[in-house]
Amino acid sequence: MMNETKLEILRILEENGRLPIDTIAKLVQRDKEEVAKIIQSLEDEKMILGYRAVVDWEKDQENTGVTAMIDVKVTPKRGVGFEQVAKRIYRFKEVDALYLMSGAYDLSVVVHGETMTEVANFVSEKLSTLDDVVSTTTHFRLKTYKHDGVIFHDEDNEDKRMVVSP
Amino acid sequence: MTGSISSTQKMDRLSLAVNAIPPSGIRRFFDMAEKMENVISLGVGEPDFPTPWNVREASIASIERGDTAYTANAGLEPLRIEIAKYMEQIFHVSYDPLSEIIVTVGASEGLDIAIRAIINPGDEVIVVEPGFVSYAPIVTLAGGKVIPLKTKKEHAFKLTKEAVEAAITPRTKAIMISFPNNPTGAVMTKEELLPIAEVIDDHDLLVISDEIYGELSYDTTHYSFSRLPRMKDRTILISGFSKAFAMTGWRLGFVCAPSDILSAMLKIHQYTMMSAPTIAQYGALEALQNGREDVDKMVTSYRQRRNFIVESFQEIGLDCHVPGGAFYAFPSIEATGMSSEEFAEALLKEEQVAVVPGNVFGSGGEGHIRCSYAASLDDLQTAIQRMDRFLNRK
Repeated sequence: MMNETKLEILRILEENGRLPIDTIAKLVQRDKEEVAKIIQSLEDEKMILGYRAVVDWEKDQENTGVTAMIDVKVTPKRGVGFEQVAKRIYRFKEVDALYLMSGAYDLSVVVHGETMTEVANFVSEKLSTLDDVVSTTTHFRLKTYKHDGVIFHDEDNEDKRMVVSP
Repeated sequence: MTGSISSTQKMDRLSLAVNAIPPSGIRRFFDMAEKMENVISLGVGEPDFPTPWNVREASIASIERGDTAYTANAGLEPLRIEIAKYMEQIFHVSYDPLSEIIVTVGASEGLDIAIRAIINPGDEVIVVEPGFVSYAPIVTLAGGKVIPLKTKKEHAFKLTKEAVEAAITPRTKAIMISFPNNPTGAVMTKEELLPIAEVIDDHDLLVISDEIYGELSYDTTHYSFSRLPRMKDRTILISGFSKAFAMTGWRLGFVCAPSDILSAMLKIHQYTMMSAPTIAQYGALEALQNGREDVDKMVTSYRQRRNFIVESFQEIGLDCHVPGGAFYAFPSIEATGMSSEEFAEALLKEEQVAVVPGNVFGSGGEGHIRCSYAASLDDLQTAIQRMDRFLNRK
């Protein structure tokens, strides 16, 4: 069972990974050293796997990159289940994310490429040629409205309150 | 005869009661701050979260369905039933939804009709100061006499039995209290409230307990005044959706009170308001049914920012008690030798940080400023840097 401070620090970092340790320490009423130690242990345990920016690449005019979400049906292998085929898929650098799903298909693969052709080639040459892959259905992402809890074009975000009120 | 009306004539055509009310002290700061650029405001008395989307959506749906007629005077029955459940589950007080609860236009209306329902001309009402700006004017407008009762910094702005007893006269009818408190953030535990309840009982008084900030308690669980022994029958408990559910502009509150007082209040409510806004009531229904997770998240966030601002104030040398609830810090600025108005005005002009001078919450607030931490962490950090600079110059 994880202690409350640890959980609170995780939630704070999940919201904003760039907060300095002394600010986090004030928020959770602990000293800096203790917070630093907790974060270190979370990193060591690989509970925190990294810190990244949420980027809106659509703002970059020259960016032509495309992202596809591919539903993949596979034949699971005796003894190793989906693990082996999953590993063979996520090792490709083109694969951004991979999830095992319930429902109509087994794996959901998120693939990023510079062009649509690049993604199409990846699917036809690398992904569907794997022995265990039975079928693939590719969906191209057209626009990002919200990603990881962040709304991309949030017009409602400004503070609409009166500047002073009782 | 034509011509302009003299200022005496202008005073004469208004009621004595309204002329007796001083203009709002906050207004002046609002006017000043609004004209300035680059202002960081710690002067806002409302949550910085928008109303959760599911609540807004439920209200839109009620408009789409055409649920836009008046409701029962006391409010939608399903809403009153949910309020009763909510009060039971969260605050452990039980009220009958049909005879002991009404839905009002904000907690503000609840306060007003509570006073109007119980006060005869000349009756005295003890008003705890510092406290919300509308308590005293409401009493004055109802023809009552305000007896201010100052809470003190050395008591962490809590009430003491002795102070309450000293304020009571044979004309005392009621006492208005509010914990967690706006502006001090003070809270009172069961143990601290018990002696007060004894005094109330001994002197046969009524209590108007404004518990609008009840959910925003950070170190202890809020203890409702009506939960104290024998106090349910003496307490008019006022709360609402503005603070905990981030629904200020919806203007929706409620009152829980003994049925005789409640039906008297309902009489005033039905002749003056008819009913609270219907579409807001549907939003509130959703808030009570599916809003717990949002409330918990918001409370956690306020608590963290409370910790942050108090420690930061202490670092820059501002003397600040730890506020146990609401979303205000109430540091002392006495060491600067300035009055709270002078301090707030200079801070706004020189560093563009808006705070509210403590004296607008009653004379007991002099020497303090109210800083709302319902602001983004970035804004809090910048405001504290600016205040540090300001204090170093003084």
